[in-house]
Amino acid sequence: MDRIRLLYECTGRSAWSSHLDTMRTLQRALHRASVPVRYSEGFNPHALISVLLPLSVGTESLCQLADVRLRGDVDLAALPGTLNAVLPEGLRVQRCYENGAKPGELKWLRVKGTWEYGGGDMAAAAEALAGRFRDTPVQVTRRTKRGEGTLVLSDHLRDLTFSPRTDSVAVEAVISAAEPVINPEWIADAVAQNWPELRPEGTRFCRQELYREDMSVFR
Amino acid sequence: MDRKLERILPKVQKPARYVGGEYGQIIKDKNDVALRMALCFPDVYEIGMSNTGMRILYQTLNDIPGVWCERVFAPWFDMDRKMREEKLPLWALESGDPLGEFDALGFSIGYEMAYTTVLEMLDLAGIPLLSRDRESLIPLVFAGGSACCNPEPMADYFDLFVIGEGESLDGEVLELLRRARDQGWTKERFLHQAAQIPGVYVPSLYKPEWKEDGTLLAVRPLPGAPERVTKRIVEDFENSCFPVRAIVPSTEIVHDRVGLELFRGCIRGCRFCQAGYIYRPVRNRSVEKLLEQGRQALEFSGYQEITLLSLSSSDYQSLPALCDGLLEYCEPRGIGLSLPSLRADNFSMDIMQRVQKVRRSGLTFAPEAGTQRLRDVINKNVTEEDLLRSCAVAFRGGWNGVKLYFMLGLPTETDEDVLGIAELADRVVHCWRENAPNRARGLRVTVSTSCFVPKPHTPFQWEGQVTREEYLRRVTLLRENMKARAVTYNWHDPETSFTEAVLSRGDRRIGPLLRDIWEQGGYLESWSEGFSMARWEQAAARTGVDLEFYANRARALDEVLPWDRIDMGVRREHLIREREQSRQGVLSPDCRAACTGCGAAALLRGGRCDG
Repeated sequence: MDRIRLLYECTGRSAWSSHLDTMRTLQRALHRASVPVRYSEGFNPHALISVLLPLSVGTESLCQLADVRLRGDVDLAALPGTLNAVLPEGLRVQRCYENGAKPGELKWLRVKGTWEYGGGDMAAAAEALAGRFRDTPVQVTRRTKRGEGTLVLSDHLRDLTFSPRTDSVAVEAVISAAEPVINPEWIADAVAQNWPELRPEGTRFCRQELYREDMSVFR
Repeated sequence: MDRKLERILPKVQKPARYVGGEYGQIIKDKNDVALRMALCFPDVYEIGMSNTGMRILYQTLNDIPGVWCERVFAPWFDMDRKMREEKLPLWALESGDPLGEFDALGFSIGYEMAYTTVLEMLDLAGIPLLSRDRESLIPLVFAGGSACCNPEPMADYFDLFVIGEGESLDGEVLELLRRARDQGWTKERFLHQAAQIPGVYVPSLYKPEWKEDGTLLAVRPLPGAPERVTKRIVEDFENSCFPVRAIVPSTEIVHDRVGLELFRGCIRGCRFCQAGYIYRPVRNRSVEKLLEQGRQALEFSGYQEITLLSLSSSDYQSLPALCDGLLEYCEPRGIGLSLPSLRADNFSMDIMQRVQKVRRSGLTFAPEAGTQRLRDVINKNVTEEDLLRSCAVAFRGGWNGVKLYFMLGLPTETDEDVLGIAELADRVVHCWRENAPNRARGLRVTVSTSCFVPKPHTPFQWEGQVTREEYLRRVTLLRENMKARAVTYNWHDPETSFTEAVLSRGDRRIGPLLRDIWEQGGYLESWSEGFSMARWEQAAARTGVDLEFYANRARALDEVLPWDRIDMGVRREHLIREREQSRQGVLSPDCRAACTGCGAAALLRGGRCDG
């Protein structure tokens, strides 16, 4: 067995760890579970683990995928239970399998979010938000490693909906997960930049599912 | 998780510091426990979680039936501001409950610069700062840790101090607290009773009096208070708690690895070193026990690195056998073994070859002084030949970098001693030229100096610290004479060493100064972001504290010292003798070569230490 893929959740307190921290946590859990992880062969060997779509700090996910290179066989059916017994709160492995889809086939990501407002008419807010995104191409300016850049966000969004809750607005969308990778927080950033009166006080997102170009589930 | 906290977290750096939930944390049902203790560390998460004492105490206290011990760390500045804006009181990581709901708050204080952070944490928790303003017994606010060997600067703030090793003492304090709370004792009655527990210092039961010249006349015990408080130690170190199931942080911390504690104490007797004196007597763990603990800790944690902890690892007598045993387990699993605290005198090719099998770590030596004369004054017991021999071994083994640590301002230091540092660095460069198998890779020698801080309970406790100006003059002298291109010179700023000297040997009059500094925004003062010399000077002017009086003044041998009521096991006569020996440049043997009769062995039943 050379390579396996883990499908795992990252929720609750674990969502506040950075991508690198989560990688370290996964690596340590694999060691605790005596999984024969393969190491690089350099002077300071490191475990060969890669996460397909790293998660931003504070964003939860029900559909994280990590590839792990092995130097021996493991019992794939038993592995989720073994790993879950040694993972911290919020990290839960759902499935372990071989022959995962090629990373290049990943295209879309479905997310759900909760936008908090201090009070007011949530139904009106949801309607206003939906209207703004429906009527015009929406741009967002974000800071990247190469400086500030502007992106037409609406070109990379599908099925965006806003639904009122008691004191918040529920957001759901399918966003691009490859070329470009869209951070769901940019939806809130776009609102803040274009319509400050609709800016939420707090936002939380949770990744729901990954898809190929044809919207079949990516595994 | 609190909704206010959820809103704040995206706006602060490293939110994982504040959420808990790590692998190995201990969760109990708060309705089923008799006593809740908050183990508070007055620094940020990454520092506190790296502290071996915290790991040991967390396990020890949670092992007590009916006690739930949780962790609390100081928030970084951004989080602190947000918490105040949102009126979010400081909470414990395991339950998320505010500190006001706990029966006891125990602070672990390893260094003096954390004092103002204690005040910040109490204030963030909404708990009155002064012990006398906390009229009720609950929550009890106490402290332990190496900085508490002079408890007087923080005497106004803590209800009591535990002196010595907390794992042997904290449980007794909590047991008494549980009884006192359940029986409705007053705080005063509890404190009088607690003062009878060996190792407990209740500052309100001691009254300092000063002479007109500002020196202490006496620290008088009130009726019922013991004349002296003798530190507690773990006598059976072999079988004492080592947390093999320690919490594995979900975010990177400073010492992110298994730390295996080889022994407590140190056989050496360096005269400047407080740890070397206050952790006496020497107590070892057996190789068999260490191998078992190391394997268990690695299996539980999943860490890929293990390090050996002690004040001087190469003085562990069975070090080769231990390294071999650990590497037998580590090597096939790709686990690195690192050995800090090696001495330059007995560093060997054999040990070096063992530890570099998996991963190679840096090489650091601490000659402390540049000339043999001054190394003899401080009883460092390392010769230039020792250092150069160790460097030669390392360079032949492929190392091409070495860090050398020194202190400036040591007692009797002259310009010749300062220049000796530069000469020693040059000789290390020369040694590399003669021994490096591949000179094309180049060499990096990093020389670092810090300003000597005289510490309580050491033979140098009576010495004055050199002034900041004098320290900087010596830094300049050294910098101008550090010629080799391969040598980088770093020096520690004199301000924090100066303030550390004030706090180390301060008395109860320092308390209001600390409060003033804190009120002006000073906390996390061991971080440059939290420290301001101007703030210290303004606070000193307002509170009438003469900082130089505490830092730079040499004490007479017959002067009453603020920590005279604390007995750390080493006899005063021994410290005086060592001081006299230092003046004459006479070395004292290490504990294995000959017992110098320091007195610490008397803390052990049977009176024999492992030195």
